[in-house]
Amino acid sequence: MGESHAHHQEPGFWGRYWFSVDHKVIGIQYSVTALLFLFFGFSLMMLMRWQLAFPGEALPLIGSLMGDSRMPGGIMLPEFYNQLGAMHGTIMVFLGVVPLAVGGFGNFVVPLQIGAPDMAFPRLNMMSYHLYFWGGVVMLASFFVPGGAAQSGWTSYPPLSNIAGSGQTWWVVGMLFLIMSSLLGAINFIVTIVQLRAPGLDFWKLPFFVWAQFVTSFLLLLAFPALQAAGLMQLMDRLAGTSFFMPEGLVVAGEVLANTGGGSPILWQHLFWFLAHPEVYVLILPALGIVGEVVANNTRKPLWGYKLLVYSVLFVGFMSFIVWAHHMFITGMGTMMSAFFQTTTMIISIPSVVILTCLLLSLWGGSIRFNTPMLFALAFLPMFGIGGLTGLPLGLASTDIHLHDTYYVIGHFHYVVAPGTIFALFAGVYYWYPKATGRYLSERLGRLHFWPSFIFMNGIFFPMLIQGMHGVQRRLFDGGEIYAHAQEVLHLNKVMSMSAWGLAIAQIPFIINFFLSLKRGASAPDNAWQATTLEWLAPSPPPHGNFAEVPTVYHAPYEYSVPGRADDFLPQFVPGETPSEA
Amino acid sequence: MAHTLGEKPNVRPYILVFVALMVLTLITVAVSYLDLPTGQAIALALFIASIKGSLVACYFMHLMDEKRLILWTMLLSALFFLFVLIIPTITAGNTITL
Amino acid sequence: MSTVIPYTSEIRPDTGVTNVKLGIWLFLASEVMLFGSLFAGYILLRTGNPEFGAGSEALSVPMATLNTVVLITSSVTMVLAWAAAMERNFAKFKLFMGCTVLAGAVFCVVKAFEYSAKFEHHLYPSHSTFMAIYFTFTGLHALHVVAGMLYNAYLWLPGSKMYHTNPQQFANRVEASGLFWHFVDLVWIFLFPVLYLL
Repeated sequence: MGESHAHHQEPGFWGRYWFSVDHKVIGIQYSVTALLFLFFGFSLMMLMRWQLAFPGEALPLIGSLMGDSRMPGGIMLPEFYNQLGAMHGTIMVFLGVVPLAVGGFGNFVVPLQIGAPDMAFPRLNMMSYHLYFWGGVVMLASFFVPGGAAQSGWTSYPPLSNIAGSGQTWWVVGMLFLIMSSLLGAINFIVTIVQLRAPGLDFWKLPFFVWAQFVTSFLLLLAFPALQAAGLMQLMDRLAGTSFFMPEGLVVAGEVLANTGGGSPILWQHLFWFLAHPEVYVLILPALGIVGEVVANNTRKPLWGYKLLVYSVLFVGFMSFIVWAHHMFITGMGTMMSAFFQTTTMIISIPSVVILTCLLLSLWGGSIRFNTPMLFALAFLPMFGIGGLTGLPLGLASTDIHLHDTYYVIGHFHYVVAPGTIFALFAGVYYWYPKATGRYLSERLGRLHFWPSFIFMNGIFFPMLIQGMHGVQRRLFDGGEIYAHAQEVLHLNKVMSMSAWGLAIAQIPFIINFFLSLKRGASAPDNAWQATTLEWLAPSPPPHGNFAEVPTVYHAPYEYSVPGRADDFLPQFVPGETPSEA
Repeated sequence: MAHTLGEKPNVRPYILVFVALMVLTLITVAVSYLDLPTGQAIALALFIASIKGSLVACYFMHLMDEKRLILWTMLLSALFFLFVLIIPTITAGNTITL
Repeated sequence: MSTVIPYTSEIRPDTGVTNVKLGIWLFLASEVMLFGSLFAGYILLRTGNPEFGAGSEALSVPMATLNTVVLITSSVTMVLAWAAAMERNFAKFKLFMGCTVLAGAVFCVVKAFEYSAKFEHHLYPSHSTFMAIYFTFTGLHALHVVAGMLYNAYLWLPGSKMYHTNPQQFANRVEASGLFWHFVDLVWIFLFPVLYLL
């Protein structure tokens, strides 16, 4: 179809929306696909929450649609529960949050914020999206292979993952697609930010969001290859019968496995976490970038400690490569190494706290506009704070022995990623939607989205911390029903499940808002939020090539409330005397 | 880089490096037949490989006179390469006690 | 439809590089980490397993030495091809690039003989940890050789049209392809002693 239109001046439907090389179209492709995957991953979790709240009871209506291999008579099989758990994690991290934060917002916003006509390698950019898309398709397809999708957790620890059904092979292949996509994307972002900055835009004038994406790209570039290597080895283990991760004499179902052995399951854990810890910062840094933009814009003040923020982000990025083994304290790696990794973990918490403090101090004395993006950004700060602080006991080897693999861990990282990063991403959607479409999202529906989401998020994740401290293990099919020590906190399962379903209902205003405002939203001027950064110079929505002429940059990124000016903001692209820097 | 289109780059170093690489390959193969103790054999083989690798990187890949930006990128990558090589050390760390 | 991206073939003054140059080096940085992770796995599996043994005795040192010589030769012809493209000598470029592609092909053929000799002796990846490492590492490396060879062949034949239309960008492409090719050579320089000689 694309070929028959190739000689036309205007590209056809496929050329414009599917094989597009325009960073804005690709950014929107990423965003929409990632939002769909977020919704899908969330749905998997809602099914699991039924089983946790009402173990062994038949799920009305939906349960009977799942088929006998998954939920016979509406009652969930343990295998299916494990599939849901593994795929929820995988989809949320690798197909939802990262593609939305990096592929979606990064693609759409970064070239605009640095005054570039497009990404440095537009066709490579298209390829990144397509690799991501097909990686996602492979992951989804794995639900329909015999034995179902991967069920060894999102971490896919061997030997369990090596002896699991064929869904695990699909998982590895899907991951290899996603890794390639991320690597190509990371190269593209770094080259774009280094090479395509507009005249006058030196590194110390870059918006904080661009800095965050820059560091994130380095993390993707240098950490993902470790999982690529591990994935290749797992693929060899599964397909060619090698024993990279297989110990000798493993007994499965009463029989000794016929592999040669001599491998090391710990090797997988090292390589996996060498990626997956930096990946945590891949999840959080773009979110911090978005919050920085929204906070500066809506407090009408320069960000407090811009340089400190940048140095902290660089330091966090660097340190994130040498903390990975704090996920492995109970693998018996020895006290010296535990001491080393708990020390680096405590060190990395310092710049994280510095970043959060800078953002909090930015609020001081500002005349804050409480619009929807700002509400989400403000909610992010304490939520990320809870997520971060609950991480400290996990980073210390001795306290981790008690908390390891309990719901406390789940509560901790969900506070970072769900009411943390995902709230920041919502802030980004509300903030940049006028740039992408030329229309505002409705404020009223926005509030209807924000407040219930905020309450339900805490309703889901705070009880997890309590359960975890009582010692309730994660990944339990029955939510801990058979354990004596869990009885006291078992009722919380119902609270969490109700909150989860409530959270789903709270997303309805957002979905309505998202589609309705495309046509009915109040029309927005080019500079929809009286902002200072370059993306607001381009028309909304920006045309091919973004800017009518190459913009020149004169000022630091957040010159708000400049004394002696009629407006309370001085955009980067407006010539004039540069205010003295604080 | 100092190279401009239309000017003939100096190819003499490339030929010399080529000869050096060939000689080093012969040495490393010859040494492997000496049956040195394992530790020494590994050290020597990796030492020769490092020299060869550096020659390729510095001359063929022009890292000798490359821009700072590229050098810093590769330095960062080399540093993280060392971190990833810590992995086996950690596992060996089982036996180390404070 | 197409937007003009700055600094695709000309150097950005303040960074001193073109987009392609920076891009290919970043790609190589990630490749360093990929092979680094594999090497880390090798060291862990070897030191952690007292029965690892010297599996290298099953491998053919003469064949690997031949392949080392072939790959090093192709590296020097690659850099000479780039020098010819810079010098604007088309015949010389064609010659050296042809040699590079040919050497890549020879490498693959020798590799194929090596693999089939292993299969004849029933040495498959599942035979032992050493064989698993041997096949995975050399297989991944061979994939890189094939990829580099295909792109070089493109530059040698159909892609060489650009030699006449856009000399600077063509030289940049040859340089980028060369950087990848030299890196593949560099990886082999380490794989050779580690797998075959130790």
